[in-house]
Amino acid sequence: MFQEYDVIVVGGGHAGCEAAYCAAKMGSKVLLATMNMNTIAQMSCNPAMGGVAKGQIVREIDALGGMSGIVSDKSMIQFRMLNMSKGPAMWSPRTQNDRMRFAEEWRLALERNPNVDFWQEMVTGLVVKNNKVTGIQTSLGLEIGAKAVVLTNGTFLNGLIHIGEKQFGGGRAGERSAKGITEQLVSLGFESGRMKTGTPPRVDGRSLDYSKMTEQEGDVNPGKFSFSDETKPLTQQRSCYITYTSEEVHDTLRKGFDRSPMFNGRIQGLGPRYCPSIEDKINRFAERNRHQIFVEPEGWDTVEVYVNGFSTSLPEDIQYEALKKIEGFENVKMFRPGYAIEYDFFQPTQLKNTLETKGVDNLYFAGQINGTTGYEEAACQGLMAGINAHNKINDKEPFILSRDEAYIGVLIDDLINKGTEEPYRMFTSRAEFRILLRQDNADLRLTDIGYNLGLADEKRVEEVNKKRTDLKHLLNDLNQKKVTPKEVNEVLTDMNSASLKEKQSLSQLIKRPELSIKKVKELTPVTNEYLDKYNDIILEQAEIQIKYDHYINKEKQMAEKMKNIETHRIPSAFDYDKLSALSAEGREKLKKISPETIGQASRISGVSPSDISILMVYLGK
Amino acid sequence: MSKYSTSEDTIVALATAPGVGAIAVIRLSGKEAFSIASKMFKGKDPQKQESHTLHFGTIRDGERIIDEVVLGLFKGPKSFTKEDVVEISCHGSQYIVKEIIQLSLKLGARLAKPGEFTMRAFMNGQFDLAQAEAVADLINADSEAAHSAALSQMRGGFSQEIGSLRTELINFASLIELELDFSEEDVEFAQRDELRALVERLYKVISKLLKSFDYGNVIKKGIPTVIAGKPNAGKSTLLNALLNEEKAIVSDIPGTTRDFIEDEMVIDGVSFRFIDTAGIRETIDKIEAMGVAKTHEKMGQASLILYLFDLSTDSISEVLQEVNRLENLGKPFIAVGNKIDIAPVDKVEALRKNDHFVFISAGELENIDDLKEKISEKVHLENFKTGDTMVTNARHYEALLRTQSALQDVLRGLDNQVTNDFLAMDIRQALHHLGEITGEITTDDLLGNIFSKFCIGK
Repeated sequence: MFQEYDVIVVGGGHAGCEAAYCAAKMGSKVLLATMNMNTIAQMSCNPAMGGVAKGQIVREIDALGGMSGIVSDKSMIQFRMLNMSKGPAMWSPRTQNDRMRFAEEWRLALERNPNVDFWQEMVTGLVVKNNKVTGIQTSLGLEIGAKAVVLTNGTFLNGLIHIGEKQFGGGRAGERSAKGITEQLVSLGFESGRMKTGTPPRVDGRSLDYSKMTEQEGDVNPGKFSFSDETKPLTQQRSCYITYTSEEVHDTLRKGFDRSPMFNGRIQGLGPRYCPSIEDKINRFAERNRHQIFVEPEGWDTVEVYVNGFSTSLPEDIQYEALKKIEGFENVKMFRPGYAIEYDFFQPTQLKNTLETKGVDNLYFAGQINGTTGYEEAACQGLMAGINAHNKINDKEPFILSRDEAYIGVLIDDLINKGTEEPYRMFTSRAEFRILLRQDNADLRLTDIGYNLGLADEKRVEEVNKKRTDLKHLLNDLNQKKVTPKEVNEVLTDMNSASLKEKQSLSQLIKRPELSIKKVKELTPVTNEYLDKYNDIILEQAEIQIKYDHYINKEKQMAEKMKNIETHRIPSAFDYDKLSALSAEGREKLKKISPETIGQASRISGVSPSDISILMVYLGK
Repeated sequence: MSKYSTSEDTIVALATAPGVGAIAVIRLSGKEAFSIASKMFKGKDPQKQESHTLHFGTIRDGERIIDEVVLGLFKGPKSFTKEDVVEISCHGSQYIVKEIIQLSLKLGARLAKPGEFTMRAFMNGQFDLAQAEAVADLINADSEAAHSAALSQMRGGFSQEIGSLRTELINFASLIELELDFSEEDVEFAQRDELRALVERLYKVISKLLKSFDYGNVIKKGIPTVIAGKPNAGKSTLLNALLNEEKAIVSDIPGTTRDFIEDEMVIDGVSFRFIDTAGIRETIDKIEAMGVAKTHEKMGQASLILYLFDLSTDSISEVLQEVNRLENLGKPFIAVGNKIDIAPVDKVEALRKNDHFVFISAGELENIDDLKEKISEKVHLENFKTGDTMVTNARHYEALLRTQSALQDVLRGLDNQVTNDFLAMDIRQALHHLGEITGEITTDDLLGNIFSKFCIGK
């Protein structure tokens, strides 16, 4: 019934879709095995993509040739560039999406690729021979062969849903959990753990009084994720709304604490500190008398609304009672209650930097199975696992992004070296070179790489090359072209900027905090005519590079230094027991991870600076 | 492979300062330390004795007795290197030391490389890096003050002060990161003027620590003291008088290869490094003639200048003129009138009114204690013996310097009203450089701090 596949992807979420899409695009014959073809690319949590640090990841995926950016663009109902009051490294694109359109766009994107086959059934196990995966087993007892397998099981592995005192097996509300894979992996020597996440109730938008809330509109000049012109910015958008909880809401919620699985110990999994449930928030931060609630529409047409900030596993009657006390929610009708879900994950320290497992060859993990949280985090792992699975079975070099190349590099390096004690989410503060890892330059950083992998199309590279050439000319001219005091002083005064005493180049003027490249353009008819030749994207790029070049260069130097330490290699069979000075924890972690370089060793959690100096002294560095 | 192999082999070296002394200590460390000692020691068999005991006996090469010695036995891991250690205290003759070391080599030990005992102690987990550096300083400490600076560093006083700075900076950085990563959240952010106040305060503390490096360095290396005066003023005699021992000092002959000579001595627990130069007049003439002269550089580096003149021959106006020049230099100085034993009384009385003067006879060892007292007074010796944290290590100094420069960048950024992401970059740099002293800062520290203090998350 089945051919032998190059790559089988188990799971059809954000990670699974990217993995299947990328491997297929690069030329592998791919089977996407999912429990339910109608729930491919579900947004299980809030209907939004991107945000701070996450938006950068989506741009990186897009630059490399993945689909998440295009799918998000095609299904967006609102676009905002967050953090615009901060420096360009912090600018972060985020979209609100139509949940149903998002899933549809993804499925169609996969269907359009003839290399992707689908199979709807639960995968219950792997076929492993001589420490190498050779296929999968299904609940019907089928065996399907493959050269490589990517597991992207999300929250489905032994998923357990909690609502108040009720608990039942499930991978998502209304969907079954998956059994068998964890048990098999543990028998193969893998170490599994439990994590917990949660989601808020969904309500009927027709029952809300938006006049009591603050409207949050999309950007006046909305952007988009994808660098390609395949997608267009929105011409009309839907708004979100902001309201707040109150002491009254908190008191109502507290009435259910004795029935909360969070507080009575029924939930054992590790939950994220940065995405706490509402009961956790009022418990830990008792001094705060209100918490923010974002009311997010689930699509263009549907009346369903997502109550962001109200994640909870309290009993449904308490949820409903408390919701009604929120400003604007007085007559609320609930569609589905919030719930908490526990699921199995595998410490990502069991992975190589290609996301291949150390224990079983040709087996890859991506997404929540690695202890991460978030659509974007999952998608980029799927992309990396798909690429590496394809490369491995074709005897090509492993594909690794470094910490100064991409947030994706930071994410994987963190995971495999530090592991994680809570669902791992990306923050800009995790990246030591975030001034370099901007959303505006993701194409300049990564599109060539994506093209060489066989993922990004040639057209994309041509566009990036043109951008580079234009930028070079523009920067050159801005340095050379000068204006005289006579030409510009009057306008400068109007702009509240100091007058010139002598001729100055345009780039010197752009460096002034109070001026922008657009203002410099308005200085004289000549500058206006000249800069009119360039589009906004090039102008913005030039402005960033001129205004922040001091900081950009500084960070480049720091990145060079880090590369230096990365070149100090540690022999692969290094005997850490020989060094009695190492801390017990450091030694154990070093043996477990076996880092390839001193630099990597220094990022392993539990390895102290003192351990690193001992290693360096011993290795004679 | 490593420059230093691990405890595979047993190493030996002289543990006390080279040269002639009453006793010398030779140290053996490693697996074979006890068996090697056992083969050359006639007395109780070291291999059968308790750890941390002393044993009297003789060292013999076959039947030939080399010396009478005391053996100190330290079984690992309760020893300096955490390995088996034997310390042989023998008579301090270079010949005996050489013989015992050679005998150890013959019996299977290997000559230790410089610093290898400390290195082994470090590699075996006895110290962290900062402490290991302090041990090296301790070994090299010649004076009480240097000793206590090294000791306090070894006990971690320095690490503590840096550690508390780091905590404050992490708090600062967390506030900034909070604003960057969680701008959409309903949280309050730090005020810029509060941030500025904090950075300015940190900057001051770092600057103070950096300043202490000068003191710290002086403590380690001795206070540079220039003895200046005309060739016949008696500089060598003065030096000998201060050193209180007959020691042949090659006097400074103009035109020869040596411009100056140096010697060290300890006064009141603080070490001084004396630099003998050509006369001031000559010096100043040279400066006038050539612009910048090397001698002037020496004077510039000095923390104290002793201007020595001959009471019996130099005129009052000449001396006062020199004193005037020295006052203009702005360095602590003492005008030392030599040969008081043959000086005209009225001349002495005329100069005595001036606080800068001390009158001695270097040749007759008269009033030398007065001079020493004056020296202590002039360099404010109390500065060098306080319990304040001092920076004595060049690596630490450099790390602090970089921290300071990063903090300066933060302040400049605040002046230029740059956004927080750029401020954060310089703060991280400062943290990174502090981390070079105490332990690396990771972003996990920042995030942990944020999550414990602020309610985050939709």
